[in-house]
Amino acid sequence: MTVATTPSAATLAEVTRSNAALRAFLHGLPGVDKVGADARAATLGTRSIKTTAKALAIDLAISMVDLTTLEGADTPGKVRGLANKALRPDPLDPTCPPTAAVCVYPSMVAEVARVVKGSPVKIASVATAFPAGQASLKVKLDDVRDAVRAGADEVDMVINRGAFLSGRYLEVFEEIVAVKDACGDARLKVIMETGELVTYDNVRRASWLSMLAGGDFIKTSTGKVQPAATPPVTLIMLEAVRDFLAVTGRKVGVKPAGGIKTSKDAIKYLVLVNETVGDGWLDPHWFRFGASSVLNDLLMQRSKMKTGHYSGPDYVTLD
Amino acid sequence: MSIFEYAPAPESRAIVSLKPSYGLFIGGEFVDGSGSFKSISPSSEEVLAEVAEASEADVDRAVAAARKAYEQVWGKMSGAERAKYLFRIARIIQERGRELAVLESLDNGKPIRESRDVDIPLVAAHFFYYAGWADKLDHAGFGASPRPLGVAGQIIPWNFPLLMLAWKIAPALACGNTVVLKPAETTPLTALLFAEICQQAELPPGVVNILTGAGAAGAALVAHPDVDKVAFTGSTEVGRIIARTVAGTNKRVTLELGGKAANIVFEDAPVDQAVEGIVNGIFFNQGHVCCAGSRLLVQESISEEVLESLKRRMSTLRVGDPLDKNTDIGAINSAEQLARIKELTAAGEQEGAEAWSPPCELPSRGFWFRPTIFTGVSQAHRIAREEIFGPVLSVLTFRTPAEAVEKANNTPYGLSAGIWTEKGSRILAVADQLRAGVVWANTFNKFDPTSPFGGYKESGYGREGGRHGLEAYLAH
Amino acid sequence: MPTKDAQPARLAVRKTYKLFIGGAFPRSESGRSYVVSDAKGNFVANAAQASRKDARDAVLAARGAVAKWSGATAYNRGQILYRIAEMLEGRRDQFIAELRTFGLSAAAAVSEVDASIDRWVWYAGWSDKIAQVVGGANPVAGPFFNLSAPEATGVVAIVAPAEPALLGLVGVVAPAIVTGNTVVVVASPDRPLPAITLAEVLATSDLPGGVVNLLTGSPAEIAPWLASHADVNALDLTGVTDHGLAKELEVAAADTLKRVVRPAAVDWSADPGIARMTAFLETKTVWHPKSFEGAKGSAY
Repeated sequence: MTVATTPSAATLAEVTRSNAALRAFLHGLPGVDKVGADARAATLGTRSIKTTAKALAIDLAISMVDLTTLEGADTPGKVRGLANKALRPDPLDPTCPPTAAVCVYPSMVAEVARVVKGSPVKIASVATAFPAGQASLKVKLDDVRDAVRAGADEVDMVINRGAFLSGRYLEVFEEIVAVKDACGDARLKVIMETGELVTYDNVRRASWLSMLAGGDFIKTSTGKVQPAATPPVTLIMLEAVRDFLAVTGRKVGVKPAGGIKTSKDAIKYLVLVNETVGDGWLDPHWFRFGASSVLNDLLMQRSKMKTGHYSGPDYVTLD
Repeated sequence: MSIFEYAPAPESRAIVSLKPSYGLFIGGEFVDGSGSFKSISPSSEEVLAEVAEASEADVDRAVAAARKAYEQVWGKMSGAERAKYLFRIARIIQERGRELAVLESLDNGKPIRESRDVDIPLVAAHFFYYAGWADKLDHAGFGASPRPLGVAGQIIPWNFPLLMLAWKIAPALACGNTVVLKPAETTPLTALLFAEICQQAELPPGVVNILTGAGAAGAALVAHPDVDKVAFTGSTEVGRIIARTVAGTNKRVTLELGGKAANIVFEDAPVDQAVEGIVNGIFFNQGHVCCAGSRLLVQESISEEVLESLKRRMSTLRVGDPLDKNTDIGAINSAEQLARIKELTAAGEQEGAEAWSPPCELPSRGFWFRPTIFTGVSQAHRIAREEIFGPVLSVLTFRTPAEAVEKANNTPYGLSAGIWTEKGSRILAVADQLRAGVVWANTFNKFDPTSPFGGYKESGYGREGGRHGLEAYLAH
Repeated sequence: MPTKDAQPARLAVRKTYKLFIGGAFPRSESGRSYVVSDAKGNFVANAAQASRKDARDAVLAARGAVAKWSGATAYNRGQILYRIAEMLEGRRDQFIAELRTFGLSAAAAVSEVDASIDRWVWYAGWSDKIAQVVGGANPVAGPFFNLSAPEATGVVAIVAPAEPALLGLVGVVAPAIVTGNTVVVVASPDRPLPAITLAEVLATSDLPGGVVNLLTGSPAEIAPWLASHADVNALDLTGVTDHGLAKELEVAAADTLKRVVRPAAVDWSADPGIARMTAFLETKTVWHPKSFEGAKGSAY
């Protein structure tokens, strides 16, 4: 951590004693200059990742995808197709890694489990009245327990942005603590919906708040709000997990979600990870992409790398 | 070995076609010089081309060509017509941007990321900006119908070869002067390509003359009796010599000289951006920047944390092949400059400051220096006072804003400074008190054709860029 | 009983003409003085002959006054310059008499004194306008606020023109100080009285001590010490008539890259323009990012 005012791990417990203390802590974090943060992310976006580096990055990116479907029209059949794709993204090439997880609504968790059980692919479920989060705490917690009971390894919750934006930080904190408790052994991803937090200072504060409350991952977006993930927002979150590890010794993962559509996008995010937090997060256990369509682009690029010519959508599976 | 190693991503050299040798550009044509020298690539020591060396007689020829063009063509031409030539040149620079960037990186050693994304776009922007002034000088605030001065003798350094050429030539031509420009001895090639661009733009012969050569040619140009205006960017030492040379004459002079800028980081700074600003301040262009933030003044209460972040960040800097698109730090421009950097850093260690560099492999050929920071530096150390002009940062601490200002100003230089704090009133108060021509608050090393640039005290006089930059080329 | 006529005429109290340094009127530390004569060669006064040490003291005083004077509001500087005009107006007759001593006709003396008073008024008005005329916002191509503003160069050493003794002096001092510079002036050697009397005006015009320091004596002796003084930022050679000396001074000034105004013939009755002000101004350009996210409350 980089500021003198940052408390030691021992005193961090103190800052969540009251809303005032939590507010003072979050507002005492170093500010983020937007122009500078944007410029840094843009510069890293000019990295030229070619040949062996690109091949490595594509496979790494595939292995980090939380292959997601969160539609009202989701059916068991659709979800099974997706789960199969997660296991074998390229059915013709066994060297292609599986994705990190399949991410679905709680009602679809059992369906996914039937397909991926015993494989390295994790089952992630959104919960807590996703995506609006507009429900009572009891309903949210039941949602979480349902998902976990059905076999979810990971739970993606959304924070209460209204409470956050009106300064009721302790309320947000306590809700995350309760959800974390309900998760049991499942890993908790905290969706901050950064597009609604708007400012980068808020992104940094929400990141710390989520981590202090026990989140195992901080995640940008539900995918239902624009803007979703952006490189500078992800950069700020990476800085936050880096600093949090330094202060507390606890490592937290990062998941940009929404808006990552091309291999080029995905590789830019990996460059951000590489040059902000390094090897420690270049691992599906600590970095994920919340995405769906990006997988096919990664597969087409992968094919281009192997065959030397461009692929087309007819040569990747549509699920 | 990290998980995600970037494979080499070299920009192709094929876009540049160098001739084996180049003459002097006088009166619109390439002509033979009196001698010649070789321009090498500092990253490989490969000879790139043989370049003519201008003698005193060549200087005379070039000044005569410029005088003739001034009297017969350019000085009489309407501003609107001059503008169109400059717009043409700006467009050609954009069209040939990649070629210019590659050549700049080859000849200078700077990373292609910078020549491509910073130098060349700014060169084009500079010509666009001053092109627009050519027919609006009546409104520039230097009186009605301001007159050009005549022939400008211009001498530029090797750190931003084509950009410094643009800073010199664009305003001079916009105001109706003709020029004789001498690029630096170690980086003549983009200036020669610019001469070809002048031909492509059908600029009247003699309006721009390019003389390659060393210090002697520059001295002859400064002393030439038919030169009306001298513009120089380079060391304070040479600036003094030029100021003495022109004493007692009617020559107008602008000097853009050295610096030892303080980059001041307060405890309420946006720390991650400040660290980026420190890195950009001193490692941009290998630290070959007169306005480099070469003295980091960091508030004691956060100095350890900032240094830790800075070191971590420095460990990600990629040093190597200038043409690799992922290179952050390229080659030191010359053996001579490398020796100077080594001498000063040795003095730093001798005086008890502690040097730190991230582990990084340096190429075996060419001129290289690891990005380095010195801690435990005091104002009395040579490395806190002398311009190193390399990737070397001296770190000092302070306790109060007043102490920061005092230390920042405690130098004969006064070119630039940086301030990092999120307290607006402090930014403005500190900026007011810093004796420096450019102050970057919560940013660093930003340049723009509309923004005047130049120093206080021994960093020189006159401004380049913006409306202010016209003054140097107008009689008033 | 002695007649009225036999009484001795009242013996006049003669004035001692001294230097003006740091707001005080010292004699030269060297103890030297020189004879000032009128147009007909008659003794008028002994003026202090400043030495290099007086020049050094004057630079010290000028440097000491920079922070306060350049840090004063432009409005305040304008008020003080206008006050100088008021005080000069009050001593109008004295200046006219002094100029006549050196051979000016009554009309010429009146005209010069009036022009000098008006010149102070003119420059007084510039104090809070020059920044708006020569500074301004620069529309850079990026999310930055970028503003250029002029600032005083610092300590300016001036060799004042020999004549017109008062208007020439005002014409070089006023433009330098109105923007916040402080000055060390070497006055007209042969006609120093208006300069010293002007110092008395300055001393009673709320001008902080040290802003104007006035030396009488030989420019050829004093100026080289000023030209080579490392704590002088700029040099105005307007009053130097010897080309060789001017060149020598400019060469000496190059050692610390002083800004130099070369000697030139000046029509002091003409509109002065702003060049004499801008000659001793530095342009400072400040950049700052512009974004909604930049500002935050500080917890410190």
